Amino acid sequence: MATIAAPSYASAGDAYAENTGIWSWITTVDHKRIGTLYLWTALFFFLVGGLEAVLIRTQLAQPNMGFVSAETYNQLFTMHGTTMVFLAIMPLSAAFFNFLIPLQIGARDVAFPRLNAFSYWVYLLGGIFITLPILFKVAPNGGWFGYAPLTTNSFSAGPNIDFWVMGLQILGISSLAAAFNFITTIINMRAPGMTLMRMPMFTWMSFVVQFLLILAFPPITIALFFLLMDRFFGTTFYAIAAGADPLLWQHLFWVFGHPEVYILILPAFGLVSEVLPTFSKKPLFGYNVMVYSGIMIGFLGFGVWAHHMFAVGMGAVADSIFSMMTMLIAIPTGVKIFNWIATMWSGEIRFTVAMKFAIALIGMFTIGGISGVMHSSPPADLQQTDTYFIVAHFHYVLFGGSIMGIFAGIYYYYPKMTGRLMSETIGNWHFWLTFIGMNLTFFPMHFSGMLGMPRRIYTYDAGQGWDLFNMMATVGTYILVVATSFFVVNFLRSRTRGAVAGNDPWGGATLEWSIPSPPPEYNFAQIPEVTSRYPLWDLKAPEKTAGIDHSHADAMTITDAHAVPVHEETERHTAKELGIPMPLPTAKPLFTALSLVVMFCGLLFMRNDMFAVAMTLILGGAASMIAGLYSWLTSPLE
Amino acid sequence: MSSHAAAAHDDGHAHHHYTTTGLDNRKIAVWAFIGSECMLFASLISTYLIYKGRSIVGPFPHTEWVNEAGRVFKPILDIPVTSASTFVLLMSSLAMVLALQAVQLKGVPLPADAGWWTRAQRSSKGWLLMTALLGTTFLGFQAYEFTSFVHEGLTIKTNLFGSSFFTLTGFHGAHVTVGVLWLVTLLFIDMKRGLAGPADELNVDIAALYWHFVDVVWIAIFTLVYLIQ
Repeated sequence: MATIAAPSYASAGDAYAENTGIWSWITTVDHKRIGTLYLWTALFFFLVGGLEAVLIRTQLAQPNMGFVSAETYNQLFTMHGTTMVFLAIMPLSAAFFNFLIPLQIGARDVAFPRLNAFSYWVYLLGGIFITLPILFKVAPNGGWFGYAPLTTNSFSAGPNIDFWVMGLQILGISSLAAAFNFITTIINMRAPGMTLMRMPMFTWMSFVVQFLLILAFPPITIALFFLLMDRFFGTTFYAIAAGADPLLWQHLFWVFGHPEVYILILPAFGLVSEVLPTFSKKPLFGYNVMVYSGIMIGFLGFGVWAHHMFAVGMGAVADSIFSMMTMLIAIPTGVKIFNWIATMWSGEIRFTVAMKFAIALIGMFTIGGISGVMHSSPPADLQQTDTYFIVAHFHYVLFGGSIMGIFAGIYYYYPKMTGRLMSETIGNWHFWLTFIGMNLTFFPMHFSGMLGMPRRIYTYDAGQGWDLFNMMATVGTYILVVATSFFVVNFLRSRTRGAVAGNDPWGGATLEWSIPSPPPEYNFAQIPEVTSRYPLWDLKAPEKTAGIDHSHADAMTITDAHAVPVHEETERHTAKELGIPMPLPTAKPLFTALSLVVMFCGLLFMRNDMFAVAMTLILGGAASMIAGLYSWLTSPLE
Repeated sequence: MSSHAAAAHDDGHAHHHYTTTGLDNRKIAVWAFIGSECMLFASLISTYLIYKGRSIVGPFPHTEWVNEAGRVFKPILDIPVTSASTFVLLMSSLAMVLALQAVQLKGVPLPADAGWWTRAQRSSKGWLLMTALLGTTFLGFQAYEFTSFVHEGLTIKTNLFGSSFFTLTGFHGAHVTVGVLWLVTLLFIDMKRGLAGPADELNVDIAALYWHFVDVVWIAIFTLVYLIQ
């Protein structure tokens, strides 16, 4: 491999040198750099969403507070939900998809590096598009679920909902493009010998999530398109006076919305499934069952959407079916919980910060899961729906589950991304304060909810038994602010002051730990040939894995002249020295993404009788997008 | 380096990389895209069916409607005309198959005693043009249909039927338009430098996958919207 001279790539010259200028980030198509961009951007939006939560909790600290107005409050809770779901947790998962999937399957990049850059830029621009209005007090104010007809012109005139509708369309394009890319990458870019049942669990859960994305986003795309048509062009999809079904939006939204819950949680499940075996020095318990239960969750996830709608009166038959499906989906989820516990059982456990966050996920997610099973029963749900009990439930799932899992992933993979370890001391402060703050914030909400406190109210009267629980939640939120400050300091400081990590600081089992940290641009100088699920453990401590079934093959199963047996790579070269063709940097994906967003901006002016401006932006954006696409598709990748 | 990889370097970028399945990445991505598109059209078609018969005012698709002023609106769907346009779209899929075959047969020597049909089969430009023209004809039918509906008093704002019908068929029409532009681009490349070799076969193959998908969707729409009353 290394002996091949590659004259056709020589002309690219300095493009292979490690370049860290701004322009190199704007034009990058390297999956690791794009993953890093996702991580920084999503963490920024996580802080924005957190700030919104702080304002919400400050307003609710005591009865009859006047900290923010009702209208501002509506914008805050709408944007808190929208930001955390679409701009923080999903892209934080995407950061790991980008950074990890090619490394875990032994590939040099994703299938479509430029499309990957496009996904990121569309996400960034869409995030700005939907977030900026809050600075001008015209942020979306219809809830993250945007129920129509509430969000139609009759009830929500003004640009607020326009930003939401178009912002989500833009973000949907980003997610879909990324999902096509990762499906192809996982199906088609695996190293020789990396069979499906040898893939690391994070890659498996990500694989399931990509299918959820491509199947769940179209219904909300159509629901949003109907809303856009109703708002701009006078169609009647959500016009009750014209005979429209007031439940149409709810069905289309939750057909997306429930799989979305699994889109948010499965990547975190994947991350802790990497962390727990490493710090227990044991293979993941019941690998096959973990895979099947992940797939099962994906399938069943499409059959439970109407449990969000028990209160609308669908009738006994529909209620019963969706109730049973919802109870059913608890089974594969419970299987995962037990398998994680069994993974730790009699292991050599090391309580690193990453491990603590992973264990916290098991505990906290279980609490959220159990309260979820409680309202899978329609009679119970009718008591709980639209109360703080539900708020408590889904925050245990999303904060206790997704965020805990993502923090576990960040502490675990930070050394791989940056070459340096995060501080365990500061990390411990971060973990314990997060753990205490989270429980103090969300556990009391179970009680205020049971006592009847409704969601989405901007204030409440004293004497209803809610005061103490609200004050506890607000104090908990402030503790979370302190906890997050520890994280921010740790994250920034460790980049230059953390201990140098080396290839494999934790004793990991999978391919990403066989290469230097941070990985060179080409990832693997030689593509490894994989013969088991835990190739690095087989390499370093074969006596430990010998007795365990881990899909191990003694003989090479696939022979390919590209590949060499799994080994540790310690030397760092440039791709040019090794003769490895790398994709050329290009700003065309950014240009195309920008044109796309200009097109959407044009629609905003349609409502203000500025038809000429609107058409200029729409047609100009479309023309420059076509030009960008043409130039992109006709220029060679590498 | 293996002979496989060395050979891959020679025939350009299309078969550059080792892949797990041996298939080109783009082909897998297009299948994933088509899977996603199925859900898109499923949502549109479901909405149409849910709203079927719920419109408060006409015109209606299959039944007559008399408004307050006593004006009679005939059932608005013209099934014979749409049957003709459906036939045209189905024939475009046939032409697409022949276009792909013509590109794949490039480089296979033509027998000396080849008849007119064997010769005609080799014309990738002809079949690409034919596919694009049939697609454009279908779009022409749709433009005629939309215009005549508006003249008969059905717009996208009129009722639930109008909103869901125009949005559904308009979405499909937009897909056909993208397909026609794609075909014209391929035709342009064919005229400029000739489509031949594995890379170009793949290019045409992917376009054909998309084209057939759009055709299949129309069969569903034609059956559910036009034929079933």
